[in-house]
Amino acid sequence: MILKIQNLEVSVNNIKILNNLNLEVNKGEIHAIMGPNGSGKSTLSKVIAGHPNYNVLNGDILLDGVSILNLEPETRSHLGIFLAFQYPIEIPGVSNEDFLRLSYNAHMKFKNQKEVDPIEFFTIITEKLKIVKMDSAFLTRNVNEGFSGGEKKRNEILQMALLDSKLSILDETDSGLDIDALRIISSGINNLMNEDKAIILITHYQRLLDYIKPDYIHVMQRGQIIKTGNSEFAKELEIKGYGWLNN
Amino acid sequence: MDKKLKNLINTPYKYGFSTKVNKETINKGLNENIIRLISKKKKEPEFMLKFRLKAFRIWKQFTVPNWAQLKIPEIEYQNIVYYSAPKLKTKINSLDDVDPEILKTFEKLGISLTEQKRLTNVAVDAVFDSVSVGTTYQKELKEQGIIFCSFSEAIQEYPNLIEKYLGSVVPIGDNYFSALNAAVFTDGSFCFIPKNVKCPLDLSTYFRINDQQSGQFERTLIIAEENSKVSYLEGCTAPQYDKNQLHAAVVELVALNNAEIKYSTVQNWYSGDASGKGGIYNFVTKRGLCAGVNSKISWTQVETGSAITWKYPSCVLLGNNSNGEFYSVALTNHFQQADTGSKMIHIGLNTKSRIVSKGISTGNSKNSYRGLVNINRKANNSRNYSQCDSLLIGTKSNANTFPFISVHNSTSKIEHEASTSKIGEDQIFYFLQRGISVEDAVGLMISGFCKEVFTELPLEFAAEADRLLTLKLEGSIG
Repeated sequence: MILKIQNLEVSVNNIKILNNLNLEVNKGEIHAIMGPNGSGKSTLSKVIAGHPNYNVLNGDILLDGVSILNLEPETRSHLGIFLAFQYPIEIPGVSNEDFLRLSYNAHMKFKNQKEVDPIEFFTIITEKLKIVKMDSAFLTRNVNEGFSGGEKKRNEILQMALLDSKLSILDETDSGLDIDALRIISSGINNLMNEDKAIILITHYQRLLDYIKPDYIHVMQRGQIIKTGNSEFAKELEIKGYGWLNN
Repeated sequence: MDKKLKNLINTPYKYGFSTKVNKETINKGLNENIIRLISKKKKEPEFMLKFRLKAFRIWKQFTVPNWAQLKIPEIEYQNIVYYSAPKLKTKINSLDDVDPEILKTFEKLGISLTEQKRLTNVAVDAVFDSVSVGTTYQKELKEQGIIFCSFSEAIQEYPNLIEKYLGSVVPIGDNYFSALNAAVFTDGSFCFIPKNVKCPLDLSTYFRINDQQSGQFERTLIIAEENSKVSYLEGCTAPQYDKNQLHAAVVELVALNNAEIKYSTVQNWYSGDASGKGGIYNFVTKRGLCAGVNSKISWTQVETGSAITWKYPSCVLLGNNSNGEFYSVALTNHFQQADTGSKMIHIGLNTKSRIVSKGISTGNSKNSYRGLVNINRKANNSRNYSQCDSLLIGTKSNANTFPFISVHNSTSKIEHEASTSKIGEDQIFYFLQRGISVEDAVGLMISGFCKEVFTELPLEFAAEADRLLTLKLEGSIG
């Protein structure tokens, strides 16, 4: 089991967002988390990644059977947790290439492997660019600065490809994408998936699930998972909405 | 996250050691007798003593300027030692006469004065407290007619040049600190680049304040004759003491027709501890005169040290088509205060100036840009571009911009841009999520922010500046 979340209770600014949440994710599985706005989906992703603004009041998060609650966000990253941001952050003055190389080398260092120089890195990143059909001109631009919505999301998936993480959490990676970009990004994600890894997709739309087939679909409401189903479940949700689940 | 940032910006000062030397000091205090004594000790000609005494009389009539965004504690001028020099057997003729402890000090600071180990592309004048202890490559430069020596030596050897140019750009009565400097300055550097000579080496002065009670008042004068060119670097450090020390320097540059002077500073005086105790008061007047047509003066400064910085390197663009530039990075941390910027005075026709200022404030510090662009009535077709960016880290620091623009000519063009940004929690979290440490994240963002200024620095200085900023923010994480 890659990820196990037990009875998780989380608050931010003294407002309880997650309540008694349980989730298990095994190797080779894709889980989709759906649910109305404000149900706590993004909070869940940030808590797993270790965002300091969220207080864990109760419960535990285990990665490969070991609690990560006391680990720093960068350590969680090194251990293989990747979060594709819903709103990727712009970093003025820092080139995408430097950012990506620093990130890659931080992971190499953690694994006691040799860090790469800019020339070696260029070879590595050029291969990864193909996965998301990005031009190498992306590398010289500042991180996410002036990127279109679609470019920002592609840049997230590029990082996912580069870091080759074992657990990737994609927070509304499909929002704001046109159909071509959605196809490119979905096929990129499918390419990166294998039996040793797991993916959690957070999404509002069934549309994404046409391209990436989840093994499980969870519906979140008021900070809990209230229903879990298989990939067919999404179609039912698309027609009926979430309201009927309350009964 | 706040805690992490806090750790990150708690930096030990690397150059805080002090050196034990046998020194010759005079009594504390400031009066005409002290000034006569300094002049006598330095065996100065009559005109120098007159210059000093005149300055002292003017200084006594001044009051401390209070217009800057600074809280300056009262300085007890009678409690300062105005002359402190390492004791020497005789006059220094070669480095063999210099106290080995002092040579070691400079070695420790990365500056070797001995012939075998000296830097290959930079000539260095090393100033220790009140005196210059050695200058490298003097002979080699002399062969091309370039004079590069300590100010004291220049007064002895080239009194005519000194008498002609001293105080010609920064008059004695320019301001409180320039008057004080003119009265008591003890040493500094002098450069003279003759007509049609492009100086083959970067010239550099390294200032080290060692003595606890003495102030440092140095004077630098650079003259670039017609068609000449020089790049000059200045570095500064001081030991870590609880008490504040005063540094009041004056730098004058003169560029004649088609001459070009590039002046770069990396200022890393001791800035006081985390609670704001100790540190250097850095009150500096720097001004360049573009006297000739097509002349150019460019200031680049990286200001990271000092408890208080009060400094406005300026250009007077007198010659037609002359060009002035000011590039600055000022980083303040803890309780540091900086009020710095530039003045561009356009007098000649078609004069151009450019100001790029980057202020970074963190901790409880205060960081202000203050600048003046003045276009004279006759300065037709003059142009100025100013850009002032501030970057805030944390929630307790303070950034201000005070740009003064005064235009008296309708054919001139002025552009001014300003921005304030913050290194936000979300940005840091983004780096962390990608496995990058807070140090590296902040370092990378700061280098990015300062890029336009760093590219103006000579190569080896740019690397040093980048390292210095990172060091300044280096913490105890991990």
